[in-house]
Amino acid sequence: MLNRTADSVARATPESLARKVRGISDKGLAWLFISPTILLLLAINIFPLFWAIYLSFTNYRANRPNEVVKNVGLANYRRILGDQDIWIAMQTTAHFVFWTILLQTLIGFTLAWLIDRKFRGHAFWTTIILVPMMLSPAVVGNFWRFLYEPQIGLFAYAISFVSGIPATQIGMLSNVSLAPWSIVIVDTWMWTPYVMLICLAGLRSIPEYIYEAAEVDRASNWRQFWSITLPMALPFIMLAVLFRGIENFKMFDMVNLLTGGGPGSTTEVASITLKRQAFESWRTGYSSAFAIILFVAVFGLANIYVKALNKVKQR
Amino acid sequence: MKSTLKLTLGLTSAMFASTAVSNVAHAEDLTLCWAAWDPANALVELSKDFTKETGIGMKFEFVPWTNYADRFLNELNSKGKLCDLIIGDSQWIGGSAENGHYVKLNDFFDAEKISMDDFVPATVVGYSQWPKNTPNYWALPAMGDVVGWTYRKDWFSKPELQKEFKEKYGWDLAAPTTFDQLKQIAEFFQKHEIDGKTVYGASIYTERGSEGITMGAMDVLYSFGFKYENPDKPYEMDGFVNSEKSVKGLEFYKALYDCCTPPGASNSYMGEGVDAFKSGQVAMHMNFAFTWPGLQKDENVGGDKIGYFANPKGPDGDQFAQLGGQGISVVSYSDKQEAALKYIKWFANKDVQAKWWSLGGYSCLNAVVNDPGFPASQPYAQTFLDSMAIVKDFWAEPSYAPLLQASQKRFHDYVVAGQGSAKDALDGLVKDWTEVFQDDGKM
Repeated sequence: MLNRTADSVARATPESLARKVRGISDKGLAWLFISPTILLLLAINIFPLFWAIYLSFTNYRANRPNEVVKNVGLANYRRILGDQDIWIAMQTTAHFVFWTILLQTLIGFTLAWLIDRKFRGHAFWTTIILVPMMLSPAVVGNFWRFLYEPQIGLFAYAISFVSGIPATQIGMLSNVSLAPWSIVIVDTWMWTPYVMLICLAGLRSIPEYIYEAAEVDRASNWRQFWSITLPMALPFIMLAVLFRGIENFKMFDMVNLLTGGGPGSTTEVASITLKRQAFESWRTGYSSAFAIILFVAVFGLANIYVKALNKVKQR
Repeated sequence: MKSTLKLTLGLTSAMFASTAVSNVAHAEDLTLCWAAWDPANALVELSKDFTKETGIGMKFEFVPWTNYADRFLNELNSKGKLCDLIIGDSQWIGGSAENGHYVKLNDFFDAEKISMDDFVPATVVGYSQWPKNTPNYWALPAMGDVVGWTYRKDWFSKPELQKEFKEKYGWDLAAPTTFDQLKQIAEFFQKHEIDGKTVYGASIYTERGSEGITMGAMDVLYSFGFKYENPDKPYEMDGFVNSEKSVKGLEFYKALYDCCTPPGASNSYMGEGVDAFKSGQVAMHMNFAFTWPGLQKDENVGGDKIGYFANPKGPDGDQFAQLGGQGISVVSYSDKQEAALKYIKWFANKDVQAKWWSLGGYSCLNAVVNDPGFPASQPYAQTFLDSMAIVKDFWAEPSYAPLLQASQKRFHDYVVAGQGSAKDALDGLVKDWTEVFQDDGKM
């Protein structure tokens, strides 16, 4: 069937075009096929990256198109690295990344381990658990804002019911101490299923005969977990941590919807600061420099992590 | 075959011709860009008369307030042709004039005999002029607006509450004339039981993302003695922005937030304020005057139940209010500037302005607002006039965005998050604003 289609296409190709194609080597043809993709990547990924690098050394402002653009050397970088507010935003980001990853990994792996037991109805529960991940962050952000509402929110009522503290005093989004945790809770709720899926793939990839051999050796369940399950699933767990780490480092939507960086600047993660500088204060050169610093930080950390991941895999 | 070909060609030509004709018919359609809010709906209604008179169709691009500045400043900065006319915020005027986004209207006003003396002076300075207080006009005052207050007249007139209030504070419960009185009233109502429901003192601006907390805090700071700069030496801010009086003003705003707002009101702006008032949560409500027509009509809190008052006086008797509102400008990148100018000319007409007011828009034309029947035309008309007489506005410099960002951060950090002192916040603000003006080469 496929040959017939290919034959008919070949026959339909005009002789002049066919002659040209015949003259192209396999390598040339390969380049011909991938060139549209490469051009697209260059246009929308590589060129903006180099453009941003260039802008980061200038005083360019996108809202002053008529102003002369001056080269300011490393001034933007120096200013960012010496800005206390930027370091506070980085600390806030680190807090958010650390706690979300820790909770998502612990809960995600536990869920995956339970689902892997293949109890009755496990397929149904897997689907239910995956639902939060399938929702749009805009939807999640908005409905959690209502859930956190101290006067009408279910979350505040639930906490009030358990703790006895009046619901109106539980300002998850307005309290300086609680607001960072409110974002950690929502992100964990939404993305734990993703970690669970990757861990589940890891657990399912462990050959059954290894457990059978362990059974023969009379290894306890605990021993099997520590000596077989965890080490063999570890590369998958690490992969999940890598994906979530990169995602959460640049987290924007959820924070913007839930707190907008507030109260004050207590939940202002780096991406919110970047957006404010780039699109509200219109410091394009400055924000380009900040974006490059963030890119280098994520890229560097991810590279170190991938090397560690490869070592774990080789063990 | 031949006849089929002819038929196909004929149909294609007819379709092409009809599309072309319809394109010609709509070639002059104007697109007006503004925020998505009640007055915009009134403007749609009003503009039908323009289409009837001139045959020029009107299209509208309305964006919610939270994205309004981002969306349209992006459009202007990228020299987009989406908007032929734009009702841009008062603070954009400096940047839009200096960056060439708006068409200068002086020659047009002269040719069409449109005089800026016919408009409320504060709106001309606030919405049209750049540089301020010079006869350089970039917009026609379109929508007058100012921050004022609404209160629950029905609660204020309850005899038992009046008695309780008098016993506690020693004066009659009525619309406040000073900020001290306002705070006492707010404290009195905070967590008070009224008709079996717990209510709260006041809804004030605390929003972090766009401009909310700056508009609210400034609304109070002005009357406490805050000044943006040394009146004799432009851009000298130390001792003015962070003066003792300014510090007292900011401390007052924080105290009002801490004592008397509903739970969770840490990110509240126009919409949230309206919701709090409409749902019967608060006794008083700070908001721009554009919200008043809608509240007046509301079944639950409008009619006889609502009252209005202008921003109260500060400790030294100064009384100012934060200016809102916008002017209408012709976008310099538009291909339909001639038709857009026709719209401005039509909009400046007295009858159109009178209808604008009757539909819920706030006219800035003297002939409308100084009409003897104006104060009685709506229950809030007098308060609007009183408030417009005491307005002050935020910086309208080309760098207004970073200036606003800085005040948003400093005020929210102190008022809502409780970090540092009012003095720290205002000292920090002087530092941030100085940096912005130094970057601009103005200091």
